[in-house]
Amino acid sequence: MRRLSWFNATSLSLGFAFLYIPILLLVIYSFNAGRSVAIWTGWSTKWYGEMLKDQQLLDAAWVTLRVGVLSATIATILGTLAAIVLVRYGKFRGSTMFSGMIYAPLVMPEIITGLSLLLLFVAMNFDRGFWTILIAHISFTMCFAAVVVQSRLVTFDQSLEEAALDLGCSPAKTFMVITLPIILPAVVSAWMLAFTLSIDDLVISSFTTGPGATTLPMRIYSDVRLGVSPKINAVSTVVIAVVTLAVIAASILTKLSEERATRERRMAAG
Amino acid sequence: MNIMSRWTRWLPVAIPYLWSFVFFLLPFVIVLRISFSNAELAMPPFSPVFDPIADGVSGTFAHFKEFTLDGYNRLVTDSVYLRSYLSSVQIAALSTCLTLLIGYPIAYAMARAPDRWRATLLMLIILPFWTSFLIRIYAWMGILATDGFLNNLLVWLHIIKQPLQIMQTNWAVYIGIVYSYLPFMILPLYSTLEKMDNTLLEAAEDLGSTPLKAFWTITFPLSLPGVIAGCFLVFIPVVGEFVIPDLLGGSSTLMIGHTLWEEFFNNRDWPTASALAIVLLLVLVIPIMLFQNQQAKNTGSVR
Repeated sequence: MRRLSWFNATSLSLGFAFLYIPILLLVIYSFNAGRSVAIWTGWSTKWYGEMLKDQQLLDAAWVTLRVGVLSATIATILGTLAAIVLVRYGKFRGSTMFSGMIYAPLVMPEIITGLSLLLLFVAMNFDRGFWTILIAHISFTMCFAAVVVQSRLVTFDQSLEEAALDLGCSPAKTFMVITLPIILPAVVSAWMLAFTLSIDDLVISSFTTGPGATTLPMRIYSDVRLGVSPKINAVSTVVIAVVTLAVIAASILTKLSEERATRERRMAAG
Repeated sequence: MNIMSRWTRWLPVAIPYLWSFVFFLLPFVIVLRISFSNAELAMPPFSPVFDPIADGVSGTFAHFKEFTLDGYNRLVTDSVYLRSYLSSVQIAALSTCLTLLIGYPIAYAMARAPDRWRATLLMLIILPFWTSFLIRIYAWMGILATDGFLNNLLVWLHIIKQPLQIMQTNWAVYIGIVYSYLPFMILPLYSTLEKMDNTLLEAAEDLGSTPLKAFWTITFPLSLPGVIAGCFLVFIPVVGEFVIPDLLGGSSTLMIGHTLWEEFFNNRDWPTASALAIVLLLVLVIPIMLFQNQQAKNTGSVR
């Protein structure tokens, strides 16, 4: 059994303190009675009440949620296809360009992606709003989804697929019956990553939006520019709580499904 | 192979290929084109406006004569743009180094932690990354403000007498960048450090090497792929960062992402904004290519 040296213990504690204290303070001051986010004047939940009375804010949250679910779903499908192509298809004509188009957006500054998509929509005479935000989100999140699924596919035992194909299963059926169930945890993580990237995005949405479509980050951003307020802390706390619960639930689900898979394998072997 | 099965084989390629082509590659061509246009007070605010269907081939070619280098000219004549590029690269380089210095000990400690802790530690690193970027920057606004949490704490502890001006300086920008991009550095570092063969370190120890020397001659060189990947993942997006300099930085903080945003939304000068984007892309094309090669190599080496 290895134990942590004092050096490693210190760097872990300092590191996690650095990562979590700002979030913790944000949550604490959302319950502040006063208008300040730095001076504690008493316990109150009035800012949550204020938040729920703000119809524009709720509308923005609803737009964000719809864009998030739709774009994550489509991006995961496209990303999974792209991952299969990257891992299984080897070299084909245009494969370098294909992998380039998948990896480049991962590090592309958002401001360039946003500007270029807006200019595309203007050139194509698209009415900007909900649908253009949706298309933009699918485009940039699908690459992240592809990389998540790809990392699972490279460690995948291909003999299972080959066995199914040898036994006369069609490629499409082999994918649905063999491949998909095995890579499912990665597909779920890909969806979650795409979803969080989408509900989080400010820059690309700001470029590609039009009248009537305001997402939650856009709304928070315009409020924040006018100054800090415990109401924004309250909104942020709700977002953090939802995301944290979802991530924990997903990781427990993944762990359970992995345990079940190990058990089944052991039973099959025994 | 009959036509039907060839169809099913190439369909998975065609769908994402087409999507990426239309919504990733094609937009760059349009940005490039608009960067050579004139700024106009119209909608869209530039000319010439292309309409290949109405103009036909000869009409489209006639428009090429109207192309100007005005957008690029402005980049050279007004020094604010050049200074923005230089200061973005400088801020990104320095904050990448800071992130590496802070991230490395954390990743190292995680890789050395007892096995049963590791999944939890990894999750704790990833969790803040899932929560909104904007919200995490906003959290620092309350901490770093002149009447913010940090200043109140330091005054209360009698470390300082007067509140420090941290907000609206480059310090706040560095703190924001390191904070937001730390998981991007830690994750690749951790994955290379975790895979390391510990018997090498034991051998070095048996042969009388000090732990520090063993670290520099064995651990660090072996973790270099993680260091490089982490640095790319931080450096490239930070150069074009907008939210952090906008919310934490001041008027003296020049970053190209912010300049481009202002040019586009406040000055409504689309050709100059496009020219800025094209030059930014040229600045980043080498690091992006290196990053892609590394990604492709990682996929290939496992296969």
